[in-house]
Formats: sequence, C-alpha cells, structure tokens
Amino acid sequence: VTSTVAQQLAQALAALPPGRVREVVRAPHPVLSAPCPHVDPEDPATVELAADLVATMRVSPGCVGLAANQLGVCAHVFSLDVSAHPKTRVHHGAFVLVNAAILAGSRNERAREGCMSVPDFTGEVKRPTRITVSGQLPGTGEQVTITTDAFEARAIGHELDHLAGYLFLDRVAGAHHVYPRKTYQ
Amino acid sequence: MPIFAVTVLGHDRPGIVAEVTEAIADLGGNLEDSSMTLLRGHFAMTLVADIDWPSDVITGRLAPLADGGLGVFVRELPPAAPTVESARFLLSVHGADRPGIVSAVTRRIADLGGNITDLSTRLAGTFYVLSAEVQLPVERADEATEALRAVAAELAVAVHLSPLEDDLL
Repeated sequence: VTSTVAQQLAQALAALPPGRVREVVRAPHPVLSAPCPHVDPEDPATVELAADLVATMRVSPGCVGLAANQLGVCAHVFSLDVSAHPKTRVHHGAFVLVNAAILAGSRNERAREGCMSVPDFTGEVKRPTRITVSGQLPGTGEQVTITTDAFEARAIGHELDHLAGYLFLDRVAGAHHVYPRKTYQ
Repeated sequence: MPIFAVTVLGHDRPGIVAEVTEAIADLGGNLEDSSMTLLRGHFAMTLVADIDWPSDVITGRLAPLADGGLGVFVRELPPAAPTVESARFLLSVHGADRPGIVSAVTRRIADLGGNITDLSTRLAGTFYVLSAEVQLPVERADEATEALRAVAAELAVAVHLSPLEDDLL
C-alpha cells in the first residue's frame, strides 16, 4: 500500500459528514438488477450517500462492503472495509470509491460468497484475486488507483458487480453452486 | 450389461444412500453416474448402474426401502446417445416467486435448440433462484440473450446467460 493512496483514501473518508444508517435492500428488489449510472463525486448528494454507505456498513455485522443500489440508490458508489477479515492480505482500510472500474485482473480463484442483499444463499464464485481498480474520491473527485489482492480484490469485484446490476448468483461456477444458508431438519 | 436408472425419493433420514447402494452392490451392480440432494428437506436420488439382473429382481432387493415409506423406481435405460460438442453457458434467473418462471425461461432455450444439462432451483421465502448449465449452438448465443431479455421483462425477474469457462490443465 503506497502511503499517498492510503492517505488520500483516509482523508476522503475523514472528510465525510456523519452518515445515516439506512435499510439494506434485499433481492428480488429491481434496483439490484439495474446498472448504476456514474455520478458527480463532488455533488453533496454523492457525499451524503458515501457517508450513509459507510455508516450502514459499520453497523452491519460481518459486512465488508456495500454498493449504493443496496441502499436503494442507483448511483455508481461503493464502500469497503475488509481490514478485519481473516482472508485479507493487502487492504486499504475503510474507503469509498465513485465511478470505479477494474483496469486489470488476474489470478482467478474460486470462493464462497454471501451478500446482505441475498441473506438466504451463498454461492461459489470465481474472481480475480489480484486487481488494479481506479475510481474517484467522494468530495474532491480526485482519481485514485489501487492495486490489491486476495479478499479485498474479491470484495471490490463483488461491489462493482452490484453496480453493474449483477448479484453473485449471476456469477456462480455452475448449476450446483448456489447453497441455502438454512438447513432443513 | 443392462443399464438401470434407480430413483429414490422421500422423507430424509441417515442411511438411505448406504442401503440403496448396498442393495445394488449385493446384486453385483456397478454404479456409474449418480446425483443426490435434499429438496426442501426431502431425500432425492437418481443413479445409473450396470446391473445384470431383471428389473423385478432389483425392485425386490430394494423393497425394504419402499416398505419403509420411500418411493423407489427402477427403469432399464436404452444405450446413451453420443455426446455432441457445443458451447456451455450458465443461465441464472432470480426474482420474486411466481408460477411459470422455469417453464417460460426454459421454453425459450429449447426453442433455440439449447439443451439444459444441469439445473437447480431454490426458493427462500418469496425469492426464487435458478442456476442451470445450458449447451447452446455458439451462433445462437446472442439470439438467446435477446430472447431471455424479453422473457425477463415479461416475468419481472433477472435473467443472465454467461459463458462457462473450463480451465483445462
């Protein structure tokens, strides 16, 4: 992690206003299947949304990331914080990216994913575990580029899929790779 | 040696797979492909086996399972058709549950000459999820995507068709 990028991400996060905890939308809500348009990162509404994503992510047990459409808002913004997750190697703390895109991905690996918007299932998904992603910071609109691996790369892939209108259910490795989280006894 | 399909359905409990396969092993049968899962808690298994006995003997050997309340069906199969090369896709469908989702989606696939080779569906509350593997002539993939987009709009569900990759090592 280069200190400049880490500092930029941390400064942008610190500059956010206090966020509001909002309800997380669950499938089959149509907002989860809609591609989210790019938004102005300097727009106060985007900044407020960024703060709400972080606030909601922080109070949700086990939540490592949230996409704006999971709060019912169709805007290309996501928050992430995988710093406490055991599968994490490289990480960038808590941050929000606006209008982000993966520039390069490699080292595909398969792992089981869950999602707050799909609470009853998990699924086996293959994703790149080394990625370079570029996006803008909320508030300033500064462009930042992050290179990361392992769980942070997977989580970013999952959030960017949300913003493209895809759930992990659309990315599973085969017909028998969606698993119920409850067992019947 | 004749090939039989054996299907066993019913209330789940420990030991069903062991009892079914012991019965087949006792007859000198050899298991080929099999699939077993729980469908809303119900045991469901189909297996294909080489068994050198008539079907009534097989059914008789499995009778204790049937007497215990399980549905047991034995059927001799014709020789398998040769496999054909075509592109593999993952079909993913999810949305609010309603009757007719699977039929509407799979009908579009069938009309384009696509073959479902594997399928599972799950219902949790009112949320319905289908994952299927589809073999489809490569040149019809775009047409299939269009047809599925239309059916998704009609049913108000999300439908995605994406190529399945094999990593050959």
